[in-house]
Amino acid sequence: MYAQMVDTGAKKLRSPEEMTPEERAFQARVDADIKIEPKDWMPEAYRKTLIRQISQHAHSEIVGMLPEGNWITRAPTLQRKAILMAKVQDEAGHGLYLYCAAETLGVSRDQMVADLHSGKAKYSSIFNYPTLTWADIGAIGWLVDGAAIMNQIPLCRCSFGPYSRAMIRVCKEESFHQRQGFDIMIKLCRGTPEQKAMAQDALNRWWWPSLMMFGPPDASSVHSAQSAQWKIKILSNDELRQRFIEQTVPQADFLGITMPDPDLKWNPERGHYDFGAIDWSELYEVVKGNGPCNRDRLRARVEAWENGAWVREAALAHAAKRAAAAEKAA
Amino acid sequence: MSREWPLWEIFIRSQHGLAHKHVGSLHAPDAEMAIKNARDVYTRRNEGVSIWAVRSSEIAASSPGEKGPLFEPASSKVYRHPTFFPMPDEVKHI
Ligand SMILES: [Fe+2]
Ligand SMILES: [Fe+2]
Repeated sequence: MYAQMVDTGAKKLRSPEEMTPEERAFQARVDADIKIEPKDWMPEAYRKTLIRQISQHAHSEIVGMLPEGNWITRAPTLQRKAILMAKVQDEAGHGLYLYCAAETLGVSRDQMVADLHSGKAKYSSIFNYPTLTWADIGAIGWLVDGAAIMNQIPLCRCSFGPYSRAMIRVCKEESFHQRQGFDIMIKLCRGTPEQKAMAQDALNRWWWPSLMMFGPPDASSVHSAQSAQWKIKILSNDELRQRFIEQTVPQADFLGITMPDPDLKWNPERGHYDFGAIDWSELYEVVKGNGPCNRDRLRARVEAWENGAWVREAALAHAAKRAAAAEKAA
Repeated sequence: MSREWPLWEIFIRSQHGLAHKHVGSLHAPDAEMAIKNARDVYTRRNEGVSIWAVRSSEIAASSPGEKGPLFEPASSKVYRHPTFFPMPDEVKHI
């Protein structure tokens, strides 16, 4: 998802007997759905895993501004441009809510940024694909934000207070993102044959990467079991992916375009859609840094950070000067 | 590496006359910028009509360890709630 394959440091799931009294008390609070707050005692592995997960989520919001930002200057109308700017600005906000939540766990903002820039911290694989046409902006809102909603709604109930509150705030804003994307798709699909072909082409390119966003099957992974026990992961990757497919296929039917998957069909016995095999080697390559845009994305982030350094320093110097003058006047 | 901008806690008063409510935090070099940034980060959809920004380092907080001594004394004083006093059905407006 926005946080994919998060390492919990766990080798195996521990039973209550194997836990220290503090850990047992902590787990009992989590089990009782009592939120864990930053100053409460927590296992070190819980704290570290959350820093990894929340910072990865934050980085995804920030890097996620780049593929869409690519079309702001070329949006087809002034209104579409204003809408896209508002959408991208929301993503900046989401990144900031999440960085703040991670900072309550004792990691500094600068450290998180440094980890992103060095490649130590990851962001979602989906943002390493290019936005080639305007239809991609529609497909991203519809599919990528749609997948994000699927993942983020359960996280509103997660055990860590600041993360849960950030997710509630984010979820209130996501629905606009998905609808503006679907609205672009509707316009294109009701347009000329060329426009409809653009929409189909965007779906062809974004469908499989969107399904990969949920991460590889993890029902038997020890990290997922640990995250589930801590209630920082609520549903398995495959469950989320299946739900996403279920809600999205009828929407594509409405648009009159088709998923690029010949094996996708309703299975009345299962009461679910069956779908074709996902090429996981592609996901692993993208996560390793070999997607179509990985280098571009990271370069853009590092450049923005470095080019902004003098502004951050000047603002601090200005604030210090004004504070000194105020003190002198007092 | 240069110094990080300090952290500010942001409180917003919504339109309906309620008290300022904590919404989150952000980094800013000074109070003026904290309020400007808070406008963009926390009120993009008319969530508020007033913003407070307080340096995080200036906030004093009770510690989770004191929870017992601080809050337990109130839990035995159930008579502070009106429901402690059942009223006869015939008695109205009370
Ligand atoms: Fe977002
Ligand atoms: Fe979004």
